[in-house]
Amino acid sequence: MADNKQRLTIGLVAKPGSTLQYHTGGWRTYRPVIDHEKCIGCKRCADSCMEGAPFECAHDGKKKKFCVNYDYCKGCGVCAYECPVDAIEMVVEEK
Amino acid sequence: MAKMAVIEGSHAIAEAAKVCRPAVVSAYPITPQTHIVEDISQMIADGELMNCEYVRTESEFSAASVILGAAAAGTRVFSATSSQGAVLMYEVLFSMAGMRLPGVLAMANRSVSSPLSIWNDHQDAISARDNGWIQLWAEDNQEAADMIVQAFKIGEDRRILLPVMVNLDGFLITHTYEPVEILDQNMVDEFLPPYEPLYKLDPKDPVTMGALAQPEYYTEARYMIHYAQLCAKDVIEEVAEEFGKKFGRYKGGLIDTYKMEGAEVVLISMGSVIGTMKDAVDEMRAEGIPVGIVKIRSYRPFPVEALREALKGAKVVCVLDKNISMGMEGAVFTDLKAALYNVKGSPDILGFIIGLGGRDITITDIKNLTNKGFAKMRGEKVSEMEWYKLDVDILPEGI
Repeated sequence: MADNKQRLTIGLVAKPGSTLQYHTGGWRTYRPVIDHEKCIGCKRCADSCMEGAPFECAHDGKKKKFCVNYDYCKGCGVCAYECPVDAIEMVVEEK
Repeated sequence: MAKMAVIEGSHAIAEAAKVCRPAVVSAYPITPQTHIVEDISQMIADGELMNCEYVRTESEFSAASVILGAAAAGTRVFSATSSQGAVLMYEVLFSMAGMRLPGVLAMANRSVSSPLSIWNDHQDAISARDNGWIQLWAEDNQEAADMIVQAFKIGEDRRILLPVMVNLDGFLITHTYEPVEILDQNMVDEFLPPYEPLYKLDPKDPVTMGALAQPEYYTEARYMIHYAQLCAKDVIEEVAEEFGKKFGRYKGGLIDTYKMEGAEVVLISMGSVIGTMKDAVDEMRAEGIPVGIVKIRSYRPFPVEALREALKGAKVVCVLDKNISMGMEGAVFTDLKAALYNVKGSPDILGFIIGLGGRDITITDIKNLTNKGFAKMRGEKVSEMEWYKLDVDILPEGI
């Protein structure tokens, strides 16, 4: 933290977008891993995630591919539950 | 010329809140607080209190949330509660202090369940002592009314920016008629300027309040609340003195003292019991017994230095606690012992749990426990902490 240390404000007031600085994925037990072969690019993982962690990372001409932003993913597994083609596997987080 | 009136404590509080020109008042009725907010809603309906919105809510949690939101939007806010209602507010009270949003809450002190009791003791406020709110304690109707005005000024001070709880004993103050000087609107306007928020919720300049703090920031954010409480010790004194000059009434800043000249046994408490204590001390002084009183006006911040100074000549201190920290002892007793620990020549301190759930505290009671203080002074064996007048006959066998 030392090099980009922020000053606190009274009452910890944050400007819009500043929460992006707070990486909230630190307490994850499981991480979702997306199998791009199985993925059909339906975007349901991104739509069902309350953190918006899955994002469109590529497009191979036929379908979208999704990756997960692990800075914010808390490992809840909702995306894996919602995936219609079981393309997401929850694996134990290894630091 | 100031207008005097014989009015109920609740009405005095409502009148005091009115002249502070709050923009939002929200509360849920609970005995014995009800008359305060009933009066305020009537004032708004009658057009006596202009530019103020009264928000009816379905619970105290919501009432606290409404004043938090309104304070965040940059307005002056007021609420009142008691007992179980206060307990239901606790979560929001922490948030409001943490967000550094000033506002005033009149706490009509009452015991908490269970068993259900509607009568006065201090358990509701004492259990809320660590949430960051400044806690002021009133002795009578006039002081309660005056304290409301001072509370806004203290909390809104840029050095502080904390909400303030004004404690007034349920029924003993809220439902008691006393002569009270009604505060003059023009004088209060001069004393208490309009609230200028440091930050506010504004669509043109959006902010998030009370945002997530990682472990790197949380300690510092909490330290700032603590620091503001420490700064409030000066501000409470300043505001009390300024109020005294302006309105001609001074009741002390952090603490007040009574007949402390040469006092060997000193009685300490908060709230309306001080009045009974003063009568008892008057009678004992007339008999030549050297006893005095220290009244705590500010419980949080706890006036450590002021108490050390006031108790310099005392031999024994008797603390009257109308609360119990279960498994330990009375909260003021604990705090006072901590404040005097490591102070050379500090007095012996006795703690009394007294007046719980509305049990009457009489002049005779005060004299009796003062006698225990003198017994301690003479070197007799006296228990350090006592549940005063605990009726063992009605306890189940074996306890």
